[in-house]
Amino acid sequence: MKNCLVVDDSKVIRKVARHILESLDLSVTEAVDGQDALTQCEASAPDVVLLDWNMPVMSGMEFLQALTTAKMTARPKIIFCTTENGISHIKAAVEAGADEYVMKPFDRETLESKLVIVGVI
Amino acid sequence: MKMAQPAAIFEGAARVLAALLEARTGQALSEGRAWRMETALRPVLRQHKLADMDELAGRLTRKADPRLEEEVVNALLNNESSFFRDLQIFDMIHRQILPAIQAERSNRTLRIWSAGCSTGQEAYSLAIRLRNDAARWSGWRIEIMATDISTAAIDQARAGIFSQMDVQRGLAVGDLIKWFEPHGEDWRASAELRRMIDFRHDNLFDAKAPSGEYDLILCRNVLLYFSPERRQAVLRLLGRHSHARSVLLLGAGETVIGQGDDFTAHPEFRGAYVRQAALPEGTIGRTRLAG
Repeated sequence: MKNCLVVDDSKVIRKVARHILESLDLSVTEAVDGQDALTQCEASAPDVVLLDWNMPVMSGMEFLQALTTAKMTARPKIIFCTTENGISHIKAAVEAGADEYVMKPFDRETLESKLVIVGVI
Repeated sequence: MKMAQPAAIFEGAARVLAALLEARTGQALSEGRAWRMETALRPVLRQHKLADMDELAGRLTRKADPRLEEEVVNALLNNESSFFRDLQIFDMIHRQILPAIQAERSNRTLRIWSAGCSTGQEAYSLAIRLRNDAARWSGWRIEIMATDISTAAIDQARAGIFSQMDVQRGLAVGDLIKWFEPHGEDWRASAELRRMIDFRHDNLFDAKAPSGEYDLILCRNVLLYFSPERRQAVLRLLGRHSHARSVLLLGAGETVIGQGDDFTAHPEFRGAYVRQAALPEGTIGRTRLAG
Protein backbone atom coordinates (compact mmCIF):
# COMPACT_ATOMS: atom_id res chain seq x y z
CA MET A 1 0.00 0.00 0.00
CA LYS A 2 1.36 3.41 -0.93
CA ASN A 3 1.78 6.05 1.72
CA CYS A 4 0.78 9.69 1.77
CA LEU A 5 2.19 12.14 4.30
CA VAL A 6 -0.33 14.88 5.05
CA VAL A 7 1.40 18.05 6.22
CA ASP A 8 -0.91 20.69 7.65
CA ASP A 9 -1.13 22.61 10.90
CA SER A 10 -4.93 22.31 10.79
CA LYS A 11 -6.24 19.19 12.50
CA VAL A 12 -9.48 19.50 10.53
CA ILE A 13 -7.71 19.53 7.15
CA ARG A 14 -5.57 16.54 8.17
CA LYS A 15 -8.69 14.65 9.22
CA VAL A 16 -10.55 15.42 5.96
CA ALA A 17 -7.50 14.52 3.87
CA ARG A 18 -6.97 11.28 5.79
CA HIS A 19 -10.59 10.28 5.23
CA ILE A 20 -10.34 10.86 1.45
CA LEU A 21 -6.89 9.28 1.06
CA GLU A 22 -7.80 6.15 3.04
CA SER A 23 -10.88 5.74 0.85
CA LEU A 24 -8.45 5.71 -2.09
CA ASP A 25 -6.53 2.82 -0.49
CA LEU A 26 -3.53 4.86 0.63
CA SER A 27 -1.98 4.61 4.09
CA VAL A 28 -1.72 8.00 5.77
CA THR A 29 0.76 9.57 8.15
CA GLU A 30 0.52 13.12 9.46
CA ALA A 31 2.87 16.01 10.18
CA VAL A 32 1.97 19.33 11.79
CA ASP A 33 4.59 21.50 10.01
CA GLY A 34 7.45 21.38 7.51
CA GLN A 35 10.09 20.44 10.09
CA ASP A 36 8.00 17.53 11.37
CA ALA A 37 7.45 16.45 7.75
CA LEU A 38 11.16 16.62 6.94
CA THR A 39 12.04 14.47 9.95
CA GLN A 40 9.44 11.89 8.93
CA CYS A 41 10.56 11.89 5.27
CA GLU A 42 14.17 11.24 6.29
CA ALA A 43 13.07 8.36 8.54
CA SER A 44 10.84 6.77 5.94
CA ALA A 45 10.14 8.36 2.56
CA PRO A 46 6.44 8.47 1.68
CA ASP A 47 5.24 8.02 -1.93
CA VAL A 48 3.50 11.37 -1.93
CA VAL A 49 3.27 14.44 0.29
CA LEU A 50 0.16 16.61 0.53
CA LEU A 51 1.80 19.84 1.59
CA ASP A 52 0.24 22.98 3.09
CA TRP A 53 1.73 26.37 2.15
CA ASN A 54 1.33 28.42 5.33
CA MET A 55 2.53 26.66 8.48
CA PRO A 56 4.41 27.66 11.63
CA VAL A 57 8.02 26.55 12.30
CA MET A 58 8.69 25.59 8.64
CA SER A 59 6.43 26.62 5.74
CA GLY A 60 5.64 24.50 2.71
CA MET A 61 8.08 26.49 0.58
CA GLU A 62 10.86 26.10 3.17
CA PHE A 63 10.13 22.38 3.33
CA LEU A 64 10.54 22.10 -0.47
CA GLN A 65 13.90 23.86 -0.28
CA ALA A 66 15.05 21.64 2.62
CA LEU A 67 13.91 18.54 0.76
CA THR A 68 16.47 19.14 -1.99
CA THR A 69 19.32 18.39 0.44
CA ALA A 70 17.55 15.89 2.67
CA LYS A 71 18.96 12.39 3.06
CA MET A 72 16.30 10.23 1.44
CA THR A 73 16.19 7.01 -0.53
CA ALA A 74 13.62 8.36 -3.01
CA ARG A 75 12.05 11.72 -3.54
CA PRO A 76 8.28 11.71 -2.90
CA LYS A 77 5.80 13.34 -5.25
CA ILE A 78 4.65 16.67 -3.87
CA ILE A 79 1.09 17.98 -4.12
CA PHE A 80 1.02 21.53 -2.93
CA CYS A 81 -2.13 22.51 -1.03
CA THR A 82 -3.07 26.16 -0.88
CA THR A 83 -5.88 28.68 -0.52
CA GLU A 84 -4.43 31.01 -3.16
CA ASN A 85 -4.99 30.50 -6.88
CA GLY A 86 -2.82 33.34 -8.23
CA ILE A 87 -0.75 32.18 -11.17
CA SER A 88 2.47 33.64 -9.71
CA HIS A 89 1.83 31.69 -6.52
CA ILE A 90 1.28 28.46 -8.46
CA LYS A 91 4.37 29.04 -10.62
CA ALA A 92 6.50 29.68 -7.55
CA ALA A 93 5.39 26.37 -6.02
CA VAL A 94 6.14 24.45 -9.22
CA GLU A 95 9.54 26.13 -9.62
CA ALA A 96 10.32 25.19 -6.01
CA GLY A 97 9.69 21.54 -6.84
CA ALA A 98 5.97 20.85 -6.41
CA ASP A 99 4.64 18.26 -8.88
CA GLU A 100 1.01 19.34 -8.57
CA TYR A 101 -1.12 21.79 -6.67
CA VAL A 102 -4.60 21.64 -5.22
CA MET A 103 -6.82 24.40 -3.89
CA LYS A 104 -8.53 24.19 -0.52
CA PRO A 105 -11.21 23.15 0.08
CA PHE A 106 -10.74 20.02 -2.03
CA ASP A 107 -13.02 17.05 -2.54
CA ARG A 108 -12.38 13.39 -3.23
CA GLU A 109 -12.63 13.69 -7.01
CA THR A 110 -10.16 16.56 -7.17
CA LEU A 111 -7.60 14.88 -4.92
CA GLU A 112 -8.00 11.61 -6.77
CA SER A 113 -7.35 13.30 -10.13
CA LYS A 114 -4.15 14.88 -8.75
CA LEU A 115 -2.94 11.53 -7.41
CA VAL A 116 -3.56 10.00 -10.85
CA ILE A 117 -1.62 12.81 -12.55
CA VAL A 118 1.44 12.31 -10.31
CA GLY A 119 1.19 8.55 -10.84
CA VAL A 120 0.55 7.49 -7.26
CA ILE A 121 -2.75 5.75 -8.00
CA MET B 1 -25.17 1.79 -16.64
CA LYS B 2 -28.51 3.24 -15.52
CA MET B 3 -31.08 2.66 -18.18
CA ALA B 4 -32.68 5.69 -19.77
CA GLN B 5 -36.45 5.62 -19.49
CA PRO B 6 -39.03 7.02 -21.88
CA ALA B 7 -40.98 10.02 -20.60
CA ALA B 8 -44.15 7.94 -20.39
CA ILE B 9 -43.05 6.33 -17.11
CA PHE B 10 -43.09 9.69 -15.33
CA GLU B 11 -46.19 11.45 -14.01
CA GLY B 12 -47.54 15.00 -13.91
CA ALA B 13 -45.10 17.86 -14.44
CA ALA B 14 -42.12 15.49 -14.58
CA ARG B 15 -43.74 13.74 -17.54
CA VAL B 16 -44.22 17.02 -19.44
CA LEU B 17 -40.63 18.10 -18.83
CA ALA B 18 -39.13 14.68 -19.61
CA ALA B 19 -41.15 14.61 -22.85
CA LEU B 20 -39.81 18.04 -23.80
CA LEU B 21 -36.23 16.87 -23.21
CA GLU B 22 -36.83 13.72 -25.23
CA ALA B 23 -38.43 15.59 -28.11
CA ARG B 24 -35.69 18.20 -28.32
CA THR B 25 -32.63 16.04 -27.70
CA GLY B 26 -33.57 12.38 -28.00
CA GLN B 27 -32.39 11.92 -24.43
CA ALA B 28 -34.51 9.88 -22.04
CA LEU B 29 -34.16 10.61 -18.34
CA SER B 30 -32.86 7.83 -16.13
CA GLU B 31 -34.51 7.39 -12.74
CA GLY B 32 -31.45 8.90 -11.09
CA ARG B 33 -31.65 12.09 -13.14
CA ALA B 34 -35.43 12.34 -12.77
CA TRP B 35 -34.94 12.47 -9.03
CA ARG B 36 -32.68 15.50 -9.46
CA MET B 37 -35.00 17.22 -11.90
CA GLU B 38 -36.31 19.85 -9.50
CA THR B 39 -32.81 20.73 -8.28
CA ALA B 40 -31.60 21.15 -11.85
CA LEU B 41 -34.55 23.37 -12.71
CA ARG B 42 -34.33 25.57 -9.62
CA PRO B 43 -32.42 28.40 -11.38
CA VAL B 44 -35.03 28.43 -14.18
CA LEU B 45 -37.89 28.53 -11.67
CA ARG B 46 -36.22 31.39 -9.83
CA GLN B 47 -35.46 33.32 -13.02
CA HIS B 48 -39.09 33.15 -14.19
CA LYS B 49 -40.61 33.54 -10.71
CA LEU B 50 -42.33 30.17 -10.89
CA ALA B 51 -43.28 28.36 -7.67
CA ASP B 52 -42.56 24.79 -8.71
CA MET B 53 -42.31 22.26 -11.55
CA ASP B 54 -46.12 22.11 -11.86
CA GLU B 55 -46.28 25.82 -12.61
CA LEU B 56 -43.41 25.51 -15.09
CA ALA B 57 -45.04 22.57 -16.87
CA GLY B 58 -48.33 24.50 -16.94
CA ARG B 59 -46.72 27.49 -18.61
CA LEU B 60 -44.98 25.31 -21.20
CA THR B 61 -48.18 23.48 -22.10
CA ARG B 62 -50.36 26.62 -22.25
CA LYS B 63 -48.32 28.38 -24.95
CA ALA B 64 -45.22 27.87 -27.00
CA ASP B 65 -42.20 29.62 -25.50
CA PRO B 66 -39.06 28.49 -27.36
CA ARG B 67 -36.77 30.49 -25.09
CA LEU B 68 -38.14 28.96 -21.90
CA GLU B 69 -38.05 25.51 -23.53
CA GLU B 70 -34.39 26.07 -24.37
CA GLU B 71 -33.60 27.05 -20.79
CA VAL B 72 -35.39 23.97 -19.45
CA VAL B 73 -33.57 21.67 -21.87
CA ASN B 74 -30.20 23.22 -21.03
CA ALA B 75 -30.91 22.80 -17.31
CA LEU B 76 -31.95 19.16 -17.65
CA LEU B 77 -28.97 18.09 -19.74
CA ASN B 78 -26.11 16.57 -17.82
CA ASN B 79 -23.08 18.69 -18.63
CA GLU B 80 -20.70 16.89 -16.33
CA SER B 81 -17.24 16.78 -17.85
CA SER B 82 -13.63 17.07 -16.82
CA PHE B 83 -10.22 17.49 -18.39
CA PHE B 84 -8.52 14.21 -19.37
CA ARG B 85 -11.48 12.22 -18.07
CA ASP B 86 -10.33 8.59 -17.88
CA LEU B 87 -6.66 9.49 -18.30
CA GLN B 88 -5.74 6.07 -19.69
CA ILE B 89 -7.93 6.77 -22.73
CA PHE B 90 -5.96 9.92 -23.50
CA ASP B 91 -2.72 8.03 -22.99
CA MET B 92 -3.90 5.42 -25.50
CA ILE B 93 -4.90 8.14 -27.98
CA HIS B 94 -1.53 9.82 -27.58
CA ARG B 95 0.71 6.74 -27.58
CA GLN B 96 -1.11 4.37 -29.91
CA ILE B 97 -4.06 5.72 -31.85
CA LEU B 98 -2.64 9.02 -33.13
CA PRO B 99 0.73 7.52 -34.16
CA ALA B 100 -1.16 4.80 -36.07
CA ILE B 101 -3.32 7.39 -37.82
CA GLN B 102 -0.28 9.51 -38.57
CA ALA B 103 1.51 6.57 -40.16
CA GLU B 104 -1.45 5.89 -42.45
CA ARG B 105 -2.50 9.35 -43.56
CA SER B 106 -0.67 10.49 -46.63
CA ASN B 107 -2.51 13.81 -46.92
CA ARG B 108 -1.13 15.05 -43.58
CA THR B 109 -4.59 15.95 -42.29
CA LEU B 110 -5.93 14.83 -38.94
CA ARG B 111 -9.67 15.12 -38.37
CA ILE B 112 -11.18 14.59 -34.91
CA TRP B 113 -14.82 14.83 -33.81
CA SER B 114 -15.78 15.15 -30.17
CA ALA B 115 -19.49 14.25 -30.35
CA GLY B 116 -21.43 15.31 -27.26
CA CYS B 117 -18.58 17.50 -26.06
CA SER B 118 -20.49 19.19 -23.21
CA THR B 119 -18.50 22.20 -21.98
CA GLY B 120 -15.47 21.30 -24.07
CA GLN B 121 -12.98 19.74 -21.66
CA GLU B 122 -12.51 16.66 -23.85
CA ALA B 123 -11.75 18.72 -26.96
CA TYR B 124 -9.39 21.01 -25.03
CA SER B 125 -7.63 17.96 -23.56
CA LEU B 126 -7.01 16.66 -27.09
CA ALA B 127 -5.81 20.06 -28.25
CA ILE B 128 -3.41 20.30 -25.29
CA ARG B 129 -1.89 16.90 -26.04
CA LEU B 130 -1.47 17.78 -29.71
CA ARG B 131 0.11 21.16 -28.97
CA ASN B 132 2.43 19.64 -26.36
CA ASP B 133 3.58 17.35 -29.14
CA ALA B 134 3.80 20.10 -31.75
CA ALA B 135 7.04 18.88 -33.35
CA ARG B 136 5.46 15.56 -34.29
CA TRP B 137 2.54 17.34 -35.97
CA SER B 138 4.58 19.96 -37.76
CA GLY B 139 3.24 20.40 -41.28
CA TRP B 140 -0.06 18.70 -40.45
CA ARG B 141 -3.48 20.25 -40.78
CA ILE B 142 -5.39 19.44 -37.59
CA GLU B 143 -9.15 19.83 -37.42
CA ILE B 144 -10.99 19.30 -34.16
CA MET B 145 -14.76 19.69 -34.30
CA ALA B 146 -16.76 19.47 -31.08
CA THR B 147 -20.55 19.35 -30.99
CA ASP B 148 -23.21 19.33 -28.31
CA ILE B 149 -26.97 19.70 -28.11
CA SER B 150 -26.78 22.20 -25.23
CA THR B 151 -26.48 25.81 -26.40
CA ALA B 152 -25.33 26.84 -22.91
CA ALA B 153 -22.59 24.19 -22.88
CA ILE B 154 -21.36 25.15 -26.35
CA ASP B 155 -21.30 28.84 -25.42
CA GLN B 156 -19.13 28.04 -22.40
CA ALA B 157 -16.90 25.70 -24.41
CA ARG B 158 -16.38 28.32 -27.10
CA ALA B 159 -15.52 30.98 -24.50
CA GLY B 160 -13.03 28.55 -22.98
CA ILE B 161 -13.69 29.81 -19.45
CA PHE B 162 -13.47 27.29 -16.62
CA SER B 163 -13.83 27.58 -12.85
CA GLN B 164 -11.10 26.79 -10.36
CA MET B 165 -12.94 23.54 -9.61
CA ASP B 166 -13.04 22.65 -13.34
CA VAL B 167 -9.30 23.13 -13.90
CA GLN B 168 -8.46 21.19 -10.75
CA ARG B 169 -10.13 18.07 -12.07
CA GLY B 170 -7.75 16.24 -14.38
CA LEU B 171 -5.67 19.15 -15.66
CA ALA B 172 -1.99 18.92 -14.74
CA VAL B 173 -0.55 22.07 -13.21
CA GLY B 174 2.02 22.32 -16.01
CA ASP B 175 -0.75 22.42 -18.60
CA LEU B 176 -2.69 24.94 -16.55
CA ILE B 177 0.28 27.31 -16.45
CA LYS B 178 1.12 26.75 -20.11
CA TRP B 179 -2.33 26.84 -21.73
CA PHE B 180 -4.59 28.88 -19.46
CA GLU B 181 -4.60 32.41 -18.16
CA PRO B 182 -6.35 33.88 -15.12
CA HIS B 183 -9.78 35.30 -15.93
CA GLY B 184 -11.09 36.95 -12.75
CA GLU B 185 -11.72 34.09 -10.34
CA ASP B 186 -11.73 31.66 -13.29
CA TRP B 187 -9.29 30.48 -15.96
CA ARG B 188 -9.47 30.92 -19.72
CA ALA B 189 -7.97 28.65 -22.35
CA SER B 190 -5.37 30.45 -24.46
CA ALA B 191 -6.42 31.90 -27.81
CA GLU B 192 -4.13 29.37 -29.48
CA LEU B 193 -6.06 26.46 -27.97
CA ARG B 194 -9.45 28.04 -28.67
CA ARG B 195 -8.53 28.55 -32.32
CA MET B 196 -7.83 24.83 -32.69
CA ILE B 197 -11.41 23.76 -31.95
CA ASP B 198 -14.55 24.36 -33.97
CA PHE B 199 -17.38 24.23 -31.40
CA ARG B 200 -20.83 23.74 -32.91
CA HIS B 201 -24.32 23.47 -31.47
CA ASP B 202 -25.72 20.35 -33.14
CA ASN B 203 -28.20 17.54 -32.60
CA LEU B 204 -26.99 13.99 -33.20
CA PHE B 205 -30.43 13.12 -34.61
CA ASP B 206 -30.46 15.92 -37.12
CA ALA B 207 -26.74 16.43 -37.50
CA LYS B 208 -25.65 19.30 -39.73
CA ALA B 209 -22.19 20.00 -38.38
CA PRO B 210 -20.21 16.90 -39.40
CA SER B 211 -18.88 16.73 -42.92
CA GLY B 212 -16.84 14.03 -44.57
CA GLU B 213 -14.96 11.44 -42.56
CA TYR B 214 -13.14 11.73 -39.26
CA ASP B 215 -10.01 9.79 -38.28
CA LEU B 216 -10.96 9.75 -34.61
CA ILE B 217 -14.43 10.09 -33.13
CA LEU B 218 -15.06 10.39 -29.41
CA CYS B 219 -18.65 9.88 -28.33
CA ARG B 220 -18.16 9.19 -24.66
CA ASN B 221 -20.89 9.05 -22.04
CA VAL B 222 -23.51 10.06 -24.60
CA LEU B 223 -25.17 6.80 -25.67
CA LEU B 224 -26.20 5.95 -22.12
CA TYR B 225 -28.80 8.73 -22.24
CA PHE B 226 -30.54 7.28 -25.31
CA SER B 227 -33.02 4.50 -25.93
CA PRO B 228 -31.66 1.41 -27.81
CA GLU B 229 -33.24 2.64 -31.07
CA ARG B 230 -31.65 6.05 -30.72
CA ARG B 231 -28.27 4.54 -29.88
CA GLN B 232 -28.40 2.65 -33.16
CA ALA B 233 -29.29 5.83 -35.02
CA VAL B 234 -26.32 7.65 -33.46
CA LEU B 235 -23.93 4.81 -34.33
CA ARG B 236 -25.27 4.82 -37.88
CA LEU B 237 -24.50 8.54 -38.12
CA LEU B 238 -20.99 8.04 -36.71
CA GLY B 239 -20.50 5.17 -39.18
CA ARG B 240 -21.41 7.46 -42.08
CA HIS B 241 -18.67 9.84 -40.99
CA SER B 242 -16.02 7.12 -40.55
CA HIS B 243 -13.58 5.66 -43.04
CA ALA B 244 -12.10 2.17 -42.99
CA ARG B 245 -9.44 3.09 -40.42
CA SER B 246 -11.39 5.56 -38.27
CA VAL B 247 -11.31 4.88 -34.56
CA LEU B 248 -14.42 5.31 -32.39
CA LEU B 249 -14.16 5.70 -28.63
CA LEU B 250 -17.17 5.37 -26.34
CA GLY B 251 -17.42 6.00 -22.60
CA ALA B 252 -16.48 3.45 -19.96
CA GLY B 253 -19.41 1.08 -19.67
CA GLU B 254 -20.75 1.94 -23.11
CA THR B 255 -20.60 -0.60 -25.90
CA VAL B 256 -21.76 -1.26 -29.45
CA ILE B 257 -23.10 -4.68 -28.43
CA GLY B 258 -26.71 -5.00 -29.46
CA GLN B 259 -26.64 -1.57 -31.10
CA GLY B 260 -26.69 -2.63 -34.75
CA ASP B 261 -23.90 -3.69 -37.09
CA ASP B 262 -22.22 -0.38 -37.79
CA PHE B 263 -19.17 -0.88 -35.54
CA THR B 264 -17.18 -3.73 -34.13
CA ALA B 265 -14.33 -4.06 -31.66
CA HIS B 266 -11.07 -2.59 -32.91
CA PRO B 267 -8.60 -5.42 -33.41
CA GLU B 268 -5.72 -3.42 -31.98
CA PHE B 269 -6.92 -0.75 -29.55
CA ARG B 270 -8.56 -2.01 -26.38
CA GLY B 271 -12.01 -0.56 -25.82
CA ALA B 272 -12.07 1.16 -29.23
CA TYR B 273 -14.27 0.41 -32.24
CA VAL B 274 -13.95 0.43 -35.98
CA ARG B 275 -16.59 0.48 -38.71
CA GLN B 276 -17.91 -3.03 -39.24
CA ALA B 277 -17.86 -2.89 -43.02
CA ALA B 278 -14.21 -1.85 -42.87
CA LEU B 279 -13.09 -5.30 -41.72
CA PRO B 280 -12.24 -8.08 -44.18
CA GLU B 281 -15.21 -10.35 -44.68
CA GLY B 282 -15.25 -13.30 -42.29
CA THR B 283 -12.45 -11.93 -40.06
CA ILE B 284 -14.75 -10.84 -37.31
CA GLY B 285 -18.39 -11.85 -37.22
CA ARG B 286 -21.08 -9.71 -35.79
CA THR B 287 -20.51 -7.07 -33.17
CA ARG B 288 -18.59 -8.34 -30.17
CA LEU B 289 -17.13 -6.96 -26.97
CA ALA B 290 -14.02 -4.81 -27.30
CA GLY B 291 -10.86 -6.00 -25.58
